[in-house]
Amino acid sequence: MQITRQIKKRLGKTILSVILIAIAAIFLFPLVLTITNSFMSQQEIDNNYSMVISKDSSQENSAFSGKYANVKLIPNMVTLKQYYTALIKKTEFLIKFWNSAIIVVPIIVGQVLVSSMAAYAFAKIEFIFRDKLFFTYIIIMMMPFQVTLVPNYIMASKLGLVGSYASIILPGIFGTFGVFLMRQFMIYIPDAYIESAKVDGASHFKIFFSIILPMSKTGLAALSILVFIDNWNMVEQPLIFLQDVNMHPLSIYLSNINSGEMGIAFAASTIYMLPMLLVFLYGESYLVQGIQLSGLKG
Amino acid sequence: MSALLKTKIKYNNKTALFFLVPSLIGFLIFFFIPFVGGLYYSFVDSPIGGRFVGLANYMELMKNPVFLKAGYNTLVFTVISVPLNILLSLGLALLLNRRIYGRNILRMGFIIPLVVPVASVVLVWQILFDINGALNSFISWLGLSPIDWMKTDFARIVVVIVYLWKNMGYNMVLFLAGLQKIPPEYYESADIDGAGNWHKFIHITLVYLTPTTFFVFVMSIINSFKVFREVYLISGAYPHDSIYMLQHYMNNKFAALDYQMLTSAAFIMAVFFYILVLFLFKIQRKISSTIGG
Repeated sequence: MQITRQIKKRLGKTILSVILIAIAAIFLFPLVLTITNSFMSQQEIDNNYSMVISKDSSQENSAFSGKYANVKLIPNMVTLKQYYTALIKKTEFLIKFWNSAIIVVPIIVGQVLVSSMAAYAFAKIEFIFRDKLFFTYIIIMMMPFQVTLVPNYIMASKLGLVGSYASIILPGIFGTFGVFLMRQFMIYIPDAYIESAKVDGASHFKIFFSIILPMSKTGLAALSILVFIDNWNMVEQPLIFLQDVNMHPLSIYLSNINSGEMGIAFAASTIYMLPMLLVFLYGESYLVQGIQLSGLKG
Repeated sequence: MSALLKTKIKYNNKTALFFLVPSLIGFLIFFFIPFVGGLYYSFVDSPIGGRFVGLANYMELMKNPVFLKAGYNTLVFTVISVPLNILLSLGLALLLNRRIYGRNILRMGFIIPLVVPVASVVLVWQILFDINGALNSFISWLGLSPIDWMKTDFARIVVVIVYLWKNMGYNMVLFLAGLQKIPPEYYESADIDGAGNWHKFIHITLVYLTPTTFFVFVMSIINSFKVFREVYLISGAYPHDSIYMLQHYMNNKFAALDYQMLTSAAFIMAVFFYILVLFLFKIQRKISSTIGG
């Protein structure tokens, strides 16, 4: 009796695991397809997918060509040719990769710095209109892109920044998400630390740099990762602010790859997601904490 | 008690200002001032030396079929995808919250789409959903006629699938955190009372997940507006009618530098959103005061 119940329990556990593994496999499929196909030869990729990409996408109705795409996860012959083409033979790809980095790195550094300072004020210092100001920050944070891009653009054109990276980087640095997240984190740091430092005669400046920042390492890591994810993905801003295609980041370049270059598309996509995957493997716990933090009410 | 404490608060405006200044300056310059200043454009007929025309720009916008279509599409998408996202990610979180094999690795699998750049997987969506794509290959193998996914109303379904793939992980993490915060004693005492699983789910799990669900709801709405990225990358500036979103409209107005329409559209959306957020916060306050969380 006891044993059959145990077997039943085990069986249930196994069935559940199998179902979940199947769902997870579906979730991972786009990734696996992209990575494995990046090791295929140009010819094999053309054979498998040319009917999907080669036609003009602006057509009103696409016609069926009589042949379907053939999804394959294992290359006939593994080759690094696509990586060679993307990284060494074609300079265009590396330039776009560099463009992405030029935009993202200052935004991360800037937003982490600016918003952790502001967050400290919101979390630990009493000042006039504090709650009203914070509410304004939150409202701006929640506004969809479509709304905030308009004031961003108006100011960029007034300052003569349109067409330069500054027009994207500066609004990125002053985005209010970081302030919100870091306040959520700092509010849970016990006031006692600050009070005892004050008794020792430490200034707020000193308290911030030698107590609060070191104690907020987890929060800072979480914020960096979330800002990195959001901006590495950037599509809207470059489309509007950067008329010069040569300045566009990789995200937009990848969406415009045409039939002739399909071979390198998978390799390029893989390289593009590599920094994110590394960050994920290294900092998954920070990412999870950052998401959880955004859900706490303070 | 709290009122008593409040009177004792000493403001420290100078120190606060020191820490706030960098953020505040940027916030004013790039968001607040141009936002308020932008109001001006929505009331004149031309950006340079324009004449005051009152609400004419707004009236024109509300009669513009393209804007209305874009607004309608965005609304339909949000109304379909947000509840679906909440239900499915709650389901996933409930399953993952049990003691099962390989829980952590499975959880990773569901979070990964969150970090994968949209542009990296655009090719995959094209391969799957093109008229000559892999999905149609499967459909025709079943003996059915293939579907032109991206060029018919089915495009909506594709966009919902792509949105769910990307955003379910975020909600799942939040739900898992919410589930883990429910004290196990609640379930134990319910067991003693002989409560069934369904009863426990409704009266304990769902009730204590309410604050989390509220936040998930707000975040899902916000993220649903970002789906433009996927739509743009998969099908360009002029996709099928059914997935022409507000951002497409705005982008095309940017291209034409039509300030009046841009600012009017932005303000209509901002007001709509502001009311929505206020409304949601009101509901949340009511909920948390009833369950005491």
